[in-house]
Amino acid sequence: MKTYKQINDRIESGKAVVLTADEIIDYVDRRGLEKAAEEVDVVTTATFGPMCSSGCFLNFGHSAPKIRMTEAWVEDVLVYTGIAAVDVYLGATQLRHGDPANMYPPGEFRYGGGHVIEDLVAGKTLQLFALSYGTDDYPRREIRTYFTIDDLNQAIMVNPRNCYQNYNVAINDSDRTIYTYMGALESGRENASYCSAGQLSPLLNDPHYDTIGVGTRVWLAGAHGHVYAEGTQHAGACERTADGVPMEGAGTLALTADMKQMRPEYVRGVSFRGYGVSLAMGVGIPIPILNQDILKRTCVRDRDIMAPVVDYSADYPQKTGNVIDHVSYAQLRTGEIEIEGQKVTVGSLSSYYKALEIANLLADEVRRGDFLLAEPSAPLPKDKAMKPLGIREKAS
Amino acid sequence: MSDTVTEKLMLFFPKCECEKPIIYHLVRDHDLIVNVYRAKVTPEEEGYLVLDVTGTEENIRQGMDFIRTFNVTVNSTGKGVTRDDNRCAHCGQCVSHCPTGALRIGNEATREVVYNEADCIECLACIRVCPFGACASAF
Repeated sequence: MKTYKQINDRIESGKAVVLTADEIIDYVDRRGLEKAAEEVDVVTTATFGPMCSSGCFLNFGHSAPKIRMTEAWVEDVLVYTGIAAVDVYLGATQLRHGDPANMYPPGEFRYGGGHVIEDLVAGKTLQLFALSYGTDDYPRREIRTYFTIDDLNQAIMVNPRNCYQNYNVAINDSDRTIYTYMGALESGRENASYCSAGQLSPLLNDPHYDTIGVGTRVWLAGAHGHVYAEGTQHAGACERTADGVPMEGAGTLALTADMKQMRPEYVRGVSFRGYGVSLAMGVGIPIPILNQDILKRTCVRDRDIMAPVVDYSADYPQKTGNVIDHVSYAQLRTGEIEIEGQKVTVGSLSSYYKALEIANLLADEVRRGDFLLAEPSAPLPKDKAMKPLGIREKAS
Repeated sequence: MSDTVTEKLMLFFPKCECEKPIIYHLVRDHDLIVNVYRAKVTPEEEGYLVLDVTGTEENIRQGMDFIRTFNVTVNSTGKGVTRDDNRCAHCGQCVSHCPTGALRIGNEATREVVYNEADCIECLACIRVCPFGACASAF
């Protein structure tokens, strides 16, 4: 048994033993659980993938004369202005003004909110255009100017939902190609797409939210941020394997961090043909090895994690809840799965390569004493289920 | 007969050379087997052509010398489809859409996606499916 304080003391003295969620599997096999739990202080987990529920608050500071922005665009991408005068929220999936979307399907969606966020972190000069109705205290009615992230007072990423604990494997049962946030899916189950770092993914290494909670310090694209709430659609009450590993989406995290500290290679705008734009983010979360149970769960392997196979041509959009099969991440990683006797080629949307990079970067930071762990101030709910949206004909 | 080799080439034809049957002469005069992957004539009447040529090294050399007597640019490393290593996030989405395995997981441990240009048949599937815009066509 260790405490957060003991682990942080070891980190600060540069003596902490830190392994990635990838390395810990063999380590525990070699050393045994009991000995490894004494030796290891921290296991680092990570993921890199599209996370649509991402965005940022920006504060521009005041021009002279002042404006209270009522509509605003950054690089022609609409931002939300229904807050204070020069605060805006820029969302990852917002399209650029004039984008034809799916007018001539499949749309290309080359640039949108996610790309603006990427450009902002990369230090590029961006255009702000804003309008206002004008007031006595904020008389300016229009502004067009150019800025970089350094000119902003604050650029705070606030992502309501990142780090899905587990995720669907998407296939297409129809007779035409479909375009989804899981990529292009060819007809007749020709290909499948999945999106998880599997055995490296944060919440799959802490399936019961024993250490990851509100207040946990996280590595968000290189910045040190934290979990500020349960993520939207967090639903820990779900089907689980005998070992407690969720067999569907389950938990999520709401994350925040200072964008001025972020590294551009881990903040990337993405375009999904026929679907839209989003943001791919890199997240790393350290798991303190407080006891043997926590260590044991970080030893989860791709072969033990099952993902539901869902038809995105009918079952997903129509919300039937039907799951065709479950496959393990070990099977997915071979590049081919078998669904009802049919071989299906598999591609990923989540980058294990980048996740591994992040897990190692974070491990190095912890070893150097540059990243201390924060004890959660509140746990994530364990028994919450996902509610549907009812369609009611009238109020009450 | 000497051993034959196959080389992947990208040719750029400026406006004045587009109407000449240059490839025909590669076959007839230089005994080369030609496999065209992709060809395009732009509205400016410039032409692009990506192809394999198979023949003896000597015949390929002579064929290329012949092509260069025109104003045609020969790029012997292909480059019809390129991947920007800085934009590639190695997610692996392209891998399931690439019909020849030119884009594939090169290392099982790190799951790095590698691109072998020589295996690319210029179908452009990767350009359509890459969320990061890492793949691009020269024309």
